[in-house]
Amino acid sequence: MEKTVILSTLQTIPGRTIREHYGLVSGSTIRAKHVGRDFAAGLKNIFGGELKGYTELLQESRSEATERMIAQAEQMGANAIVNIRYATSAVAPGAAELFAYGTAVFTE
Amino acid sequence: MESYYVLLNLLIPIILLVLGYLIGTLLEKRHFESLRDREKKLLDTPVVTFDELDPATNPDFAYFQRTEFAQGSVVVSVDYFKQFLAGLRNIFGGRVSSYETLIDRARREAVLRLKESVPGANGIANMRIETATLSGSGLGAVEVYAYGTALYESALTCATDSGQTM
Repeated sequence: MEKTVILSTLQTIPGRTIREHYGLVSGSTIRAKHVGRDFAAGLKNIFGGELKGYTELLQESRSEATERMIAQAEQMGANAIVNIRYATSAVAPGAAELFAYGTAVFTE
Repeated sequence: MESYYVLLNLLIPIILLVLGYLIGTLLEKRHFESLRDREKKLLDTPVVTFDELDPATNPDFAYFQRTEFAQGSVVVSVDYFKQFLAGLRNIFGGRVSSYETLIDRARREAVLRLKESVPGANGIANMRIETATLSGSGLGAVEVYAYGTALYESALTCATDSGQTM
């Protein structure tokens, strides 16, 4: 496995000590819906159930927000992000903002 | 010709309501069955919402060697019939039970997916649930995102290894 930034929703990382604290890092993305997916979702909405297209869409957007947060942390020289939280908001009709934030730290 | 259009305009929503009711109820029943089955299988993976992992304050957690970020998400929508019911409910107010099952399904599915994404984990700490509504186009859909930190006793660094050893 390649060396990556450790992500954690905890305040500490077990087995490691936090040496340095770089402060808040965040990443966000705003995604609009896809017309094709929207059409399929509209049909699916008659019967109810999971809308797979949307699940994937939001998952992609969220990982993009996470990537941006990681990039910011790497720039600071951090090797871990602790206490990560996510927030979602509807900014405009048909568009959603996905926001990830956490604390960049250096652990050993 | 005009009466034909009137009839058609009435008929389409009625067909949608009936279809929504029949197929929606069936799909929901199946989903709840699958949720129960999968929840039983994953009972031995505890999920907690606290993060007292400092060995100094909580010695129970001292043996965890490795953690991993884990997540699970799902978008679920209600059927046409339930949407109609909720619309009626809006006039009089009160409990919207047709949407309660929707939220219940979505939350349980998201937590299950979170658990299923980390097969070898001993537990998941500091789990959080995020709920978002999909706005626009009259969709009665919610997105639920569950995320947390998976805990492992073993110090293996390769995720696939821990999956095989379990």
